[in-house]
Amino acid sequence: MSSKKIILRFTAATSDKPIIYNLVKDYDLMVNIIKAHINPEKEGTLVLELTGERYQEGINFLEEQNIKVQKLAEQVNYNQDRCTSCGTCTDACPTGALHLERPAMQVQFDSDKCIVCQMCVKVCPMKAMEVCF
Amino acid sequence: MSIERTYAEINERIKSGQAVVLTADEVVSLVEEKGVAQAAKEVDVVTTGTFGPMCSSGAFLNFGHPQPRMRMSKVWLNDVSAYAGVAAADAYIGATEPTEDDPLNKEYPGEFRYGGGHVIEDLVAGRKVKLRAQSYGTDCYPRRELETDISLDDINEAFLFNPRNAYQNYNCAVNVSDKTIYTYMGMLQSNLGNAHYSTSGQLSPLLKDPNFLTIGIGTRIFLGGGVGYVAWNGTQHFPAMLNASGVDLHPSGGTLSVVGDMKQMDARYIRGASMLGYGCSLSVGIGIPIPILNEEVMRWVSRSDKELYAPVMDYSDAYPNRTGELLGYASYADLKSGEITLQGKRVKTAPMSSNPMAVEIANTLKEWIKKGEFEVSQPAQLLPSAKDNIVAKALNTDK
Ligand code: SF4
Ligand code: SF4
Repeated sequence: MSSKKIILRFTAATSDKPIIYNLVKDYDLMVNIIKAHINPEKEGTLVLELTGERYQEGINFLEEQNIKVQKLAEQVNYNQDRCTSCGTCTDACPTGALHLERPAMQVQFDSDKCIVCQMCVKVCPMKAMEVCF
Repeated sequence: MSIERTYAEINERIKSGQAVVLTADEVVSLVEEKGVAQAAKEVDVVTTGTFGPMCSSGAFLNFGHPQPRMRMSKVWLNDVSAYAGVAAADAYIGATEPTEDDPLNKEYPGEFRYGGGHVIEDLVAGRKVKLRAQSYGTDCYPRRELETDISLDDINEAFLFNPRNAYQNYNCAVNVSDKTIYTYMGMLQSNLGNAHYSTSGQLSPLLKDPNFLTIGIGTRIFLGGGVGYVAWNGTQHFPAMLNASGVDLHPSGGTLSVVGDMKQMDARYIRGASMLGYGCSLSVGIGIPIPILNEEVMRWVSRSDKELYAPVMDYSDAYPNRTGELLGYASYADLKSGEITLQGKRVKTAPMSSNPMAVEIANTLKEWIKKGEFEVSQPAQLLPSAKDNIVAKALNTDK
């Protein structure tokens, strides 16, 4: 089962809810705390990695508690049908994951090299690169 | 005797399936191997191709008349405004028109996710598009409001009419400033961080007939996957010799205005584009056949990427402020290699126009001609060329 990373943002009013307990106990999720920045009755953030069948229910629960949930991009998807091999993204991509194969100048995407910086998502005129959560 | 061919002779060979057709890539190697004279004897037609964002594009649409009739004076297609100041049920949708409530560059750099170019793509792809119209109402056209879905099949005429396409040559754009800029030539990184160029070089239609010996009004072309025509010269048609410190390189600066039936087109070759921080556009696929009338035509058509140059311009100052200053010239061979040297610095390059699509278009056109489905047409009138010395006018804002 794949795990998903999320950022939670608390307000002063929501910062002392026992949400980790609920995620584990009520939704059977495995919770890995990656980063925590929380003080009682202050704004704070929490970066979590969640694994479990009932992931979406857990997210719904968090949102019902008025906690802002932001999903962290896991990967970018290359939509080959949309891509015209213009090549515009190839000098913006810092790792060479998107590169031109010469001499045909066909654009190739090597997902192993991708660091999900999302530069290509911004510059691609065809919107062929999409963020996946 | 050097070879001379007429359009009629070439078309006879096309009709009988005997025409020898090469793409502009293929003819480069043929001429390297056999020379201009021999290649001119062997080849009847050379096909070119280009595919890239061409902002000066748009489409005339006739929606048909509703009941009761309406003299549409404001029209939106998928919430993109179209120009409706032409008769009752006609409109022109321009490629660069953004969606009405687009945040534009308020959140810089703006994304411009949907605009006129995307409407045109949606129509060509056969997708439904929401038509909304308003009017003030007249005795003969009483209706004041309308909202419905249309598709390309539902409406009467839909033809692309692009005022300026197929630029003969284009600047290679760089940025000498110390911050990233967002332009119609893409994202340009600071301190000469990258260089963007935008023609298909040795495949590019007007670089292969740089003196307009064959391309003119009425030339039949590949447009967006269908058959189209050259309607006129393009706007800003300023063909002139590119001159690098006293050396004449080749003519540059010509443009075409083209027209074609959208109902014949294929959405593979007509794509809405979003230029980060700049705006919406339309990527258009164009292929032009060049009939080899004589050796002179063959000589130009066989020019390779090594002999074709793009002027290099700074888009942080020289371009926006119109200083006219150039940083030099780069050959398309160097640009396509992925790196050029500017001011002693190695600068990585990337294209804006697609080389594989240009090749595909040149090959498709070649197949059409070889199968006898596509004849070359003699222009009703040739276009002005570099020797006509057309001078570009600037807009005077002091009056
Ligand atoms: S997300 Fe970044 S690293 Fe991955 S392909 Fe796009 S530009 Fe390259
Ligand atoms: S910018 Fe987009 S369309 Fe162009 S090559 Fe990259 S992914 Fe393909």
